[in-house]
Amino acid sequence: MFEYAPAPESRSVVDLKPSYGLFVDGAFVDPASGGSFKSVNPASEEVLAEIAEAGEEDVDRAVRAARTAYEKVWGPMPGRDRAKYLFRIARIIQERSRELAVLESLDNGKPIKESRDVDLPLVAAHFFYYAGWADKLPHAGFGPDPKPLGVAAQVIPWNFPLLMLAWKIAPALAAGNTVVLKPAETTPLTALLFAEICQQADLPAGVVNIVTGAGDTGRALVEHPGVDKVAFTGSTEVGRAIARSVAGTRKKLTLELGGKAANIVFDDAPIDQAVEGIVNGIFFNQGHVCCAGSRLLVQESVADRVLESLKRRMAQLRVGDPLDKNTDVGAINSAAQLARIRELSDAGSAEGAERWSPPCELPERGFWFAPTIFTGVTQAHRIAREEIFGPVLSVLTFRTPAEAVEKANNTPYGLSAGIWTDKGSRILWLADRLRAGVVWANTFNKFDPTSPFGGYKESGYGREGGRHGLEGYLNV
Amino acid sequence: MSERVAVRKTYKLFIGGKFPRSESGRSYLVQSANVSLASRKDARDAVVAARAAVKGWAGATAYNRGQILYRVAEMLEGRREQFVALGLPADEVDAAIDRWVWYAGWSDKLSQVYGGANPVAGPYFNLSAPEPTGVVAAVAPEEPALLGLVSVIAPAIVSGNTVVVAASPVAPLAAVTLAEVLATSDLPGGVVNILTGRLAETVPTLAAHMDVNAIDLTGVADAELAADLEIRAAENLKRVLRPAPADHDWHADPGITRMTTLLETKTVWHPKGV
Repeated sequence: MFEYAPAPESRSVVDLKPSYGLFVDGAFVDPASGGSFKSVNPASEEVLAEIAEAGEEDVDRAVRAARTAYEKVWGPMPGRDRAKYLFRIARIIQERSRELAVLESLDNGKPIKESRDVDLPLVAAHFFYYAGWADKLPHAGFGPDPKPLGVAAQVIPWNFPLLMLAWKIAPALAAGNTVVLKPAETTPLTALLFAEICQQADLPAGVVNIVTGAGDTGRALVEHPGVDKVAFTGSTEVGRAIARSVAGTRKKLTLELGGKAANIVFDDAPIDQAVEGIVNGIFFNQGHVCCAGSRLLVQESVADRVLESLKRRMAQLRVGDPLDKNTDVGAINSAAQLARIRELSDAGSAEGAERWSPPCELPERGFWFAPTIFTGVTQAHRIAREEIFGPVLSVLTFRTPAEAVEKANNTPYGLSAGIWTDKGSRILWLADRLRAGVVWANTFNKFDPTSPFGGYKESGYGREGGRHGLEGYLNV
Repeated sequence: MSERVAVRKTYKLFIGGKFPRSESGRSYLVQSANVSLASRKDARDAVVAARAAVKGWAGATAYNRGQILYRVAEMLEGRREQFVALGLPADEVDAAIDRWVWYAGWSDKLSQVYGGANPVAGPYFNLSAPEPTGVVAAVAPEEPALLGLVSVIAPAIVSGNTVVVAASPVAPLAAVTLAEVLATSDLPGGVVNILTGRLAETVPTLAAHMDVNAIDLTGVADAELAADLEIRAAENLKRVLRPAPADHDWHADPGITRMTTLLETKTVWHPKGV
């Protein structure tokens, strides 16, 4: 591999405060409980800031603020004016994108190249897209006068902190709801900076409330009797618990949960392109992607060639400082996630799969895991069934298209899938048969605010993005 | 001449296109008829039949499904008097016939109304289309026995789902008679399966069944039972249609939510290039 001189992005653009309160009713406030936790930089284990921990009382205060804002301000406001606030927010995000990108990489561990070129552009685009819907809801296909639901409780994960915030808040506000959002406990900082952006946009107080904390805070929020809507992105296990907790209530629920996507490579695929797609599919964002292509299904006749190219390509991946502009793979988000990845990888070896990683020097401090592939994986192996949520690829083979379909669908998940072949009719045949909400053919991990995203089966229900994304926030 | 002795009908379950008795051998008396009292095993058998029918029915063309739903309306029209003779109001029977016609027309329009091309910011073809979620378990409302039943079956199957429906326990004769209509409408066996009996017996099994993709609780009037069923349904994250309000107007335009809740949206991307 070429030696590159370090090219770190400056962190001086970020003005980190030593501590952050909760964002309730338009202002930063101290939590009633007085509890707090630390957010650390996963690449160095450096403490970035002290974060307020919201208890039940704080959550209640936030929900009441959101209710008042819904009834007094945001609900009655003409869609045209809601749109203007959302456009304003989109613009401020663009203007402050460098700051947001650096902060995201600091708090999350993802490479700056990704937060700068993927996450932030998509965040701004999401607000732009839904801003335009705010005064056009009668044309969205849900009847002549669709109504908002009220107060939305939104709980988001740590893998795309600001992007998941955008996916949740933009459609909710466009449809006329107010929100209480809980970011993940390991990545709260960009949500808190977003709160400042709401202030800068003069968004009316209480329309957006941010409560920080861990699982207990999230539970208090989704179980609060004053919320009309629950939107959750995260693990299938927690999604199930939330589905149980809203049973028998009026709360409308959308869930975007885990995945174990098959990335299917046929013998007529352009191998170099497919290898890029495989690498992007599983090593993008350290594999912390619910729709990651974590199961490679490669046609037996080209398996050796594909694996040889894949290994050569993996040896070129640069793992290290997330703020370095040349970094391809950053830090694992937390010690807990690193432990989970190690546990499942060890299970892969113990169950008889063959493990391989390129020679790769990992930094001493922080949470790191080298890009890894397992070959000789069977469908019974844990690494073929369970979501690893890390840079670990399980390789299986198939002979016929029918076998590829069987294996691809042999999972309780159904979020995404990839197809690599030169034959158009085969793509369409296969796309019809894959039980997955997003099918990428000859590409992978593409996202767009106009394009609905979400899963089949135990990957959840409801869609985010596009016209479909409004439905979860309307009383239809 | 003595008066002719009538030939009575045996009211049985409808599973996999056949009319079996309950495997439990039990029945209960409704309007002087012995109606099968379905067991948990019958519910599981019905799910197996419904699952087996998914591939063919979901794979049929929308045009074909629409033709078959329209055929159901034709057959029902022909047996109109039979339903009236069971004690159903004539306007309800008419509304049930019209509802089949209404849904028949939806089969080849859903994809255009609920899907479409997405203008993504890049050189990609990007299309979203709805697909059936799979096997749907449904609870028909007690009243109106026929219109309510049709109103839960038709929106589930028009898009390619198959259904196991628990009929109104107090008015099962209409349900079994509807099964006779379905059986003579070119509807493939297993697409609609009808259980008669007690909801508390069969529905919890359906709600917890891991090979059921969605549950329609429309007819569950008991709020506590509805919450319990929704909790069971969470185990494999079934799509849930919550109970209809007691004052629901069954004659009103049903809207599309009943259909869309039982659909998945699949989005396919492909790069453009030469």
